[in-house]
Amino acid sequence: MNKPEILVIDDEPQIQKLLSIILESNGYKVIKATSALEGTSLAASLQPDLILLDIGLPDKNGIALLRDLKQWYPNPILMLSVISNEEDIVSALDFGADDYITKPFRSGELLARIRTAIRRKSKTVASTKVVFGNITIDFEARTVILNGINIKLTATEYNLLSLFIRNEGKVLTHSYLLREIWGAGYQAETQYLRVFVAQLRKKLEFNPDQPKHILTESGVGYRFVTDSES
Amino acid sequence: MYPQHSALPKASKGLHLRLQFLVSILVVAGMLLLGIWMSPSIGYRAVALLMLMAVSILAILFDILPVLLAAILSAITWNFFLIPPRYTFSIQNSEDLFLFLMYFFVAMVNAVLTYKIKDRNKKISDREEKEKTIRLYNTILNSLSHELRTPISTIIGAVDVMKEQNGRLSPANKDELLHEIGKASLRLNQHVENLLGLSRLESGMVQLKLDWIDINEFVHRMINKFSDPKPPQRITFLPGQNLPLFKLDAVLMEQVLVNLIQNAIIYTPDKTEIRISTDYIDEKCTIVISDNGPGFPFSALVTAFDKFYRVSQTNSSGTGLGLSIVKGFVEAQKGTIQLSHNDTGGAKFLIELPAETSFIQNLKNE
Repeated sequence: MNKPEILVIDDEPQIQKLLSIILESNGYKVIKATSALEGTSLAASLQPDLILLDIGLPDKNGIALLRDLKQWYPNPILMLSVISNEEDIVSALDFGADDYITKPFRSGELLARIRTAIRRKSKTVASTKVVFGNITIDFEARTVILNGINIKLTATEYNLLSLFIRNEGKVLTHSYLLREIWGAGYQAETQYLRVFVAQLRKKLEFNPDQPKHILTESGVGYRFVTDSES
Repeated sequence: MYPQHSALPKASKGLHLRLQFLVSILVVAGMLLLGIWMSPSIGYRAVALLMLMAVSILAILFDILPVLLAAILSAITWNFFLIPPRYTFSIQNSEDLFLFLMYFFVAMVNAVLTYKIKDRNKKISDREEKEKTIRLYNTILNSLSHELRTPISTIIGAVDVMKEQNGRLSPANKDELLHEIGKASLRLNQHVENLLGLSRLESGMVQLKLDWIDINEFVHRMINKFSDPKPPQRITFLPGQNLPLFKLDAVLMEQVLVNLIQNAIIYTPDKTEIRISTDYIDEKCTIVISDNGPGFPFSALVTAFDKFYRVSQTNSSGTGLGLSIVKGFVEAQKGTIQLSHNDTGGAKFLIELPAETSFIQNLKNE
């Protein structure tokens, strides 16, 4: 199999270099673009497997570029952002970015995000049974088993959990979760979401205060991981 | 970083000015009535002195324009209502004409002189304010350049050693150098966060973004930011039981907790125990961060939150910004923070935040 190609659109040479070293030493081919214009033309001509896109570009807002790319570019786009920029991150995710990572980032985290995004793209067959840690979920029977014991979940809890599992590894924004579970018109009711996440954590996590699966992304949303060490 | 003086006071001054005009007119009218009532006994000429007194008092308190208005108005009305022939603007007696002109002149000079004195005083205090700001600015620059240079020197030095002495370094040495580089970088990052926080506070631009926070999970997450394979201090968390969700600003809370934990780590000796606890008391989200280190000197318990305050004998450096930002961010959320000593004499920070709450049990399941 060919090396997966990643297009990095970022105007800062140091970040470009750092990303190249991390990605190339992990078996990816890196294509560099330092402006929105260059990035667009490279994305069109080379059709990379994934794009890493910086929110702050000199010639064009990264979110505007994301919206343009989303019109025709089929593969995952990951946003690079500085921390404390939750509003931009949320709007990028709402415009179809697959995930985000904040600078300064850790290489393990970056690689995990990229792996998840590429895997989600290629995954087509949904399995009916998922096992993570000591939890087993059977989508056909609609049962959740923790340490061999059947856990009773309410319908909403079950829906929320299966939405998390179907999007394993990917960040889900508050408004996305509310829309998917409660429907349009509930996007502002983050309180519902907090409560149900707290309940799910109580039922599934070994220590609900230190969740290993349903992780909080401050100001953005939640991320479900099967193994929070990755 | 200079504090902005202009925008807000101007708007309130516009309103103020209108009020001053109104008060001036009312005072003149009141004095006039008093004068009309008293003129049979003291004579209409003495009334002028009464009105002059009122104008002088106004001059001390008010801006120039309302005072000039009061001066003109009082002169004209005094003439109209009291100088014979009454209820006309004409003056027959040359003595009265002289008195009227003198009144007008003195009232004007009074208004202008008082204004000039006030103006000069204001200029002096403006200059003092500006000098204070410049001094503050220099203090920031001094402490910052020192504070930034320390981690930068660490990074440059460690990188240089690794490049030049690569062959002679043991793997353990290399690990240690990398660890130092990492620590220094995180420190730099925190300084930048604090500077951004300071500029938000100074510009009065702290806009709250409130959202529901599971405080115990939140505190755990903040503690995990300081995970270290060989932690010099031990952090113990005592989470409160059955706490509701609190509606707080997660970004501000993060900086509050990170700064307090960071402070506890930097300013206490190794093996110190840092305790964090959460609770819900008197309808307030309560967070206590304490340690059994040496604590703050008694004289510092109040001043510790001042900008650029640093405990004088400590050998560790700091910008002195962390705690002032902590206080600013807690107060931006209408909360309070107190510093005291705990039983062991160590530092104890008590944060109380009056926040909207939501108990999980209160919501029905579906």
